[in-house]
Amino acid sequence: MKLKTALASATILAACMFGSASAADLTIGFSQIGSESGWRAAETTLTKQQAEKRGIDLKFADAQQKQENQIKALRSFIAQGVDAILIAPVVATGWDEVLTEAKDAEIPVILLDRTVDSKDDLYLTAVTSDLVHEGNVAGKWLVDATAGKPCNVVELQGTTGSSPAIDRKKGFEEALKGHDNLKIVRSQTGDFTRTKGKEVMESFLKAEDGGKNICALYAHNDDMAVGAIQAIKEAGLKPGKDILVVSIDAVPDIFQAMAAGEANATVELTPNMAGPALDALEAFLKDGTKPAKWIQTESKLYTQADDPQKVYEEKKGLGY
Amino acid sequence: MIDNAKRLGRRLLPQFVALAMILVLIRIVFPDFFSIEIQNGRLYGSLIDILNRGAPVALLAVGMTVVIATKGIDLSVGAVMAICGAVAAASSVRGDPLLLTLVLAVGTGLICGVWNGFLVSVLNIQPIIATLVLMVAGRGIAQLVTEGAILTFNDPGLIFVGSGSFLGLPMPVVIWLVFGIAVALLVRRTALGMLIEAVGINRRASTLSGIQTPLLLMAAYMLSGLCAAIAGLIVTADIRGADANNAGLWLELDAILAVVVGGTSLLGGRFSIVASLIGAMIIQAVNTGILSSGFPPEFNLIIKAAIIVIILVIQSPRVQAGMTFLSRKSVRRDTAEQSVQ
Repeated sequence: MKLKTALASATILAACMFGSASAADLTIGFSQIGSESGWRAAETTLTKQQAEKRGIDLKFADAQQKQENQIKALRSFIAQGVDAILIAPVVATGWDEVLTEAKDAEIPVILLDRTVDSKDDLYLTAVTSDLVHEGNVAGKWLVDATAGKPCNVVELQGTTGSSPAIDRKKGFEEALKGHDNLKIVRSQTGDFTRTKGKEVMESFLKAEDGGKNICALYAHNDDMAVGAIQAIKEAGLKPGKDILVVSIDAVPDIFQAMAAGEANATVELTPNMAGPALDALEAFLKDGTKPAKWIQTESKLYTQADDPQKVYEEKKGLGY
Repeated sequence: MIDNAKRLGRRLLPQFVALAMILVLIRIVFPDFFSIEIQNGRLYGSLIDILNRGAPVALLAVGMTVVIATKGIDLSVGAVMAICGAVAAASSVRGDPLLLTLVLAVGTGLICGVWNGFLVSVLNIQPIIATLVLMVAGRGIAQLVTEGAILTFNDPGLIFVGSGSFLGLPMPVVIWLVFGIAVALLVRRTALGMLIEAVGINRRASTLSGIQTPLLLMAAYMLSGLCAAIAGLIVTADIRGADANNAGLWLELDAILAVVVGGTSLLGGRFSIVASLIGAMIIQAVNTGILSSGFPPEFNLIIKAAIIVIILVIQSPRVQAGMTFLSRKSVRRDTAEQSVQ
């Protein structure tokens, strides 16, 4: 079955190759890591939507969290002679050989959402978010929201040692620098999960005089914030009013909480990495404009003023 | 009767001492630790948190104790929690009545137990391998049920299981206390407990002496599945959503640890459910204590490991033998001195 499709698409491609490569008849291979999280499912959905919108024939390969499957997928894309390859690499190392093969076949490769440690002439560009910047946006919002009033902040970190946890903490602390009214009084890991977010928030509340000492919560992802919001409610306080809640990711459930007035702000880690990637690719194929080696996606801030219910309805169907 | 109580007290002494020591230690680091107040008609405080957050591991430890007593082990409980939570959430989202939701979740847990029991007792596969199958596959099954997303629900009845309260105690505490005591009475007030120990010590001899070994093993794994189902219901109801990726993740190891800290041997045979329950509370006390203490999160696992090692060292046969030796010696010296006087 796979061989047949491969053969069929190879013949079609061979036929097309001598024609002009306009966006209308582009074929692009997309090697996705797998379906490890709701965010990644949304990324897959949006990539497919973006390709469809632009009339691109997208060949999708799910690697089920294995690098060997991704390398196989890339080799098969190269054999099929696709016009370009999008890849969300599962790990950072071990890509030199297959990327060189793609380069020799003159197929541009674009990295989505994660980078690799190969030399940067082996790929066209990398489209990722800036984790430090996300933390920074969240911090700036809190600085503005408190407007100089003294405020004790508690922080729910991601999994200890993971790069989002380190960078989102760093960015947030940078934003708070010079604003002495804001103080991080407690910081613990909630492992990016709702259960741990709730459990750790319970202990924060008890440790800080039943929560009366806490004026804001910063969570490294929305799931922990959703768990913590329940803990705050069970402690008899009002999340969003007594304790401000700001988090990162912008998954649908946090918009429901914002619509209910229980969360205040979230910073979007956009699952639409394919949009900017395909923009850059189309420009490159059209007249050879080389994009920058790193394209940073927008880290958009959503607050209660942004009609959270509407955003929730929009995001709900993306597979989060 | 008094003799029995005395024996039980002596059996549980090391666990009680360990628990008390940890609580005192946390109290030193975090002065407000013992304060309990009433908020919204329910008890509220760090000690209640320990009882509440320890519910999943306590429930798992009940089933795990019985399975380990039969010289088995059940690695699949964490995954079974995820499956049962997912089934409950899916059923609740569909709009099923609460009773059906609960029956479906518990039924799923029992089926998982039957699967494990079948592999172990009928096909004679080693328990660690047999249950590994479901441990690995279980999360995949749970993800199929939730379709990869966190499945949230709003049924107040189901939410009550996780965050409601009864007589001022959080519902999970009531559930594990009642369930744990019921199982402990069941195995100790009937011959069941002795039969389980017999199978664990020598399966062949037990079979030859007329015990329905396959049936007993099957029942042990079904009990473990049932415990996992209830634990899965609690964690799912607690966050009002089924998180197939994270519900019960690594809890099988905490449950085994609770049994070991409770002094039951992994080689099967003699067991104590009450001791395992205290073991579960010891583990949770350490977890909650670390969270309350305000240390940086990088230290969490190191502190936990250090405390567990100390507890296990105190309980190790060598140290125990040494302590008995010393205490006997001092008793003897006392009596000797008395007789001289």
